[in-house]
Amino acid sequence: MIVNEQIAIDHGLKKDEYKKICDLLKRIPNITELGIFSAMWNEHCSYKSSRLHLKNLPTKGKNVIQGPGENAGVVDIGDNDAIIFKIESHNHPSFIEPYQGAATGIGGIMRDVFTMGARPIANLNSIHFGSPQHKKTKNLLRGVVQGIGGYGNCMGVPTIAGQTNFDESYNENILVNAMTLGLVKKNKIFYSKAAGLDKPVIYVGSKTGRDGIHGASMASAVFDEKIEEKKPTVQVGDPFTEKLLLEACLELMAGDSIIAIQDMGAAGLTSSSIEMASKGKLGIEINLNKVPCREANMNPYEIMLSESQERMLIVLENGKEDSAKKIFDKWNLDFAIIGKTTNSKKIELYFDKKKVANIPVNILVENSPMYDRKWKKTKLPKKIKFKKEQLKNLKITNVLSKILSNPNICSKEWIWQQYDHTVMGDTIQKPGGDSGVVRVHKTNKAIAASVDSSAIYCLAHPLSGGKQIVCESWRNLIAVGANPIAITNCLNFGSPEKEKNMSEFVECVQGLGEASKYLNFPVVSGNVSFYNQTKDVGIKPTPTIGGVGLIKNYKNMVTMDLKKTHNILLVIGKTEGHLDQSLFSREILNEKNGPPPEINLFNEKNNGETILKLIDKKLIKSAHDVSLGGIITALSKMCIKGKKGATLKKPNYLINQFEYLFGEDQGRYIVEIEKKDLKSITEILEKNSVHYDEIGTVSNNELIIDDKSKVSIDDLIKSHTTWLTNYMSK
Amino acid sequence: MNSSVITFPGSNCDRDMDVALKKFGFKNKKIWHNDIDLPKSDLVVLPGGFSYGDYLRCGSMASKSKIMQSVINFAKSGGNVMGVCNGFQILVEAGLLPGVLLRNKHLEFICKNIFVKVNDKNNQYFKDIEKDTLELHIAHNEGNYFCSNDQIKKINDNNQVALYYSDKNGKIDENNNPNGSIKNIAGVFNKEKNILGMMPHPERMIDISISGEDGSIFFKNLIKNLK
Repeated sequence: MIVNEQIAIDHGLKKDEYKKICDLLKRIPNITELGIFSAMWNEHCSYKSSRLHLKNLPTKGKNVIQGPGENAGVVDIGDNDAIIFKIESHNHPSFIEPYQGAATGIGGIMRDVFTMGARPIANLNSIHFGSPQHKKTKNLLRGVVQGIGGYGNCMGVPTIAGQTNFDESYNENILVNAMTLGLVKKNKIFYSKAAGLDKPVIYVGSKTGRDGIHGASMASAVFDEKIEEKKPTVQVGDPFTEKLLLEACLELMAGDSIIAIQDMGAAGLTSSSIEMASKGKLGIEINLNKVPCREANMNPYEIMLSESQERMLIVLENGKEDSAKKIFDKWNLDFAIIGKTTNSKKIELYFDKKKVANIPVNILVENSPMYDRKWKKTKLPKKIKFKKEQLKNLKITNVLSKILSNPNICSKEWIWQQYDHTVMGDTIQKPGGDSGVVRVHKTNKAIAASVDSSAIYCLAHPLSGGKQIVCESWRNLIAVGANPIAITNCLNFGSPEKEKNMSEFVECVQGLGEASKYLNFPVVSGNVSFYNQTKDVGIKPTPTIGGVGLIKNYKNMVTMDLKKTHNILLVIGKTEGHLDQSLFSREILNEKNGPPPEINLFNEKNNGETILKLIDKKLIKSAHDVSLGGIITALSKMCIKGKKGATLKKPNYLINQFEYLFGEDQGRYIVEIEKKDLKSITEILEKNSVHYDEIGTVSNNELIIDDKSKVSIDDLIKSHTTWLTNYMSK
Repeated sequence: MNSSVITFPGSNCDRDMDVALKKFGFKNKKIWHNDIDLPKSDLVVLPGGFSYGDYLRCGSMASKSKIMQSVINFAKSGGNVMGVCNGFQILVEAGLLPGVLLRNKHLEFICKNIFVKVNDKNNQYFKDIEKDTLELHIAHNEGNYFCSNDQIKKINDNNQVALYYSDKNGKIDENNNPNGSIKNIAGVFNKEKNILGMMPHPERMIDISISGEDGSIFFKNLIKNLK
């Protein structure tokens, strides 16, 4: 087949990109080469629309060992231990084929982590679905949850936390973001940079099949009515093989025979071989006849573009081939020497003794397109003035029950009960808390992790929204007593070719950069998923943040369940009653306009650090951050978890009671303390200029808001726990 | 007390079981499925996980792996063998225990704490356990125990039920049956009571500050009373 412009366009390349390829090569590429270019230059692999903006993110810090650019980020947690972590999207495939799409998303992110030498110790996920009423939502949710469970459970890695949201903007574009954390010794971290000439290039893992060809290109395109035809681009996962691959790789990594290792993820053998060569400033020569294939008569184009799962590429030290092969034989996995490193700085492929591709590596990587797409600043929307009449007829307890059973607030136990969250025996905070927490095996340390997004705020004002999610992630770690270390981000947006979506992207990234810089909470890894769009309509801007923190002594971990009657409840941080964009104003008043709550980074940092001081002194009995749904929602969840009630005092505020209870002002926490500690705690808070309000006490079986508004704990539990189970059983 | 934990390809609770056994004083060895000989053991444990990816049928391929011939011989000559979760599935597939394990009645994987009632304490596995119910943890997709009427009669006649799913107070009913198991059966013995299979994971409940301690009670009794 002779390549021409139309074939290039069918591969998702633009006219001028095709011209650039011909110019750089000084000839017309053959079909295999065109396939390689299309795989490397699509949005998913090249970050061509996002690179310009991502480079402004803060990526360094005293605990950062490796920032973005490797398979995953690495942070130091002391005692020669390090945590490797990353979040990644698998949105497009999960909509087309929910089980396999989600499963291979989990498989892919775990490979990113163990390819660097770490044993995965925790999984998290953030999943977004369309409106519950939409005809596809239920099946997509069921498929995605079973896919995540099917893969993660089989791998024996606990799923310790997650987030599930419903919003009509995801009706035709669901989001599946998966995060993995792994534990590694600092001196045993592996990278993807090839080094040395004539080193054997080894293929290990599953055989290559015809599944997932052009998966990365599919993920770089808008959906239309022919989306069902894309099913063959979805990869098929085999967690059993991945478990064997994990054990085999870790066994090989215990020795000293690996120079570089890279998993075959998006764009398979193409991107893995090119990345290793590019980082090492070397060439790679591969004989495609040596690649283990699952199907007969696969051609070079298919072999290079397959996204079959559970495969790795390794550059080995000379002479270590036999001992390495023994390990893979033991685990019943393919092991093939398929090529070698060269000094040509080219990727040279051979098939049936003919050279089938010959491309300088720098053309594919450094010369890949980069765009400065059009965008403009989003103005802060005007504040909404709520009329007294709107609030007059509302009954607080009815509103609370409605909020607690809202799909975005209600208990997600139906979901996380299907995930093994206790395997490995170190899970000390299960899903459903502010963060999931796992102990570092056989030590007193523990790692906390949380995933968060707030698309509503990001849509209203992307800059504030971007900041807010980083702060929320920070708060979720603080609330369990963890020192926040670093974040990973998964940036889910519509088409960058549309000014509106690009503007959302640019300012969300600015916001999250600002917040993470101020909080010393650097970004160490991440991924961008554009084109979450069907025809002309994109999703709400949904950056997802995965935060990781360290608890020095796991026995000091804090949970949110109320502990003891008569204990005092404080709200840390100032309550101003910001209702715009709150769950209350959107769901109860049906008002979707207005600015999101303001972020004050100074207060955020100061409040969080002061709470950590109190936790350190063991003065906090329970804690929960105040977010969606305001004080009363946060407090209700603490009641539900602890099966205890609370009695609220009359607030000293002049604001309306609904603003007080349901306002979503940022930088706030509810903490439970013992009466005897009140004085020493308020002294510390005052010394650190932290605003606090004493809002009430813990009581027995009722949440008493005022004389007229009381709810039993059983009713709170019922409101909170029934929606999802009922929805899924209908 | 020497113990051996078998690692099959796809086992994923072998480490947790190893940690638990050692914590309570066993000298444990991890044994590879392709080995032929078992080391001298007072207890052989088949751990949880997804041996052979649960392909074909849970436990069926593992029951045919090389080491299993030695495990079967060991068990038939009176050696103590315990299978937890996938290990239980392997034991029934190997024909060492009666019955089968079907998919959970709701067709969903289930991971949560449950209570089990100890049926009988006249055996070494549960001899000195004071509590009548234990809080343990389940995490499985195929834990729905089933057997024929004839088998259930034999199981009852020989007092082979080890554990029933129950509430905290030992009440056995449909509300406290997480997976649809016949008669709420969570664990069974062979007739001679040297072989025990159970779905709940005691090895995940061995640390009070993490998960609860009823697993510790089980292991402490085990090392004390195992013959």
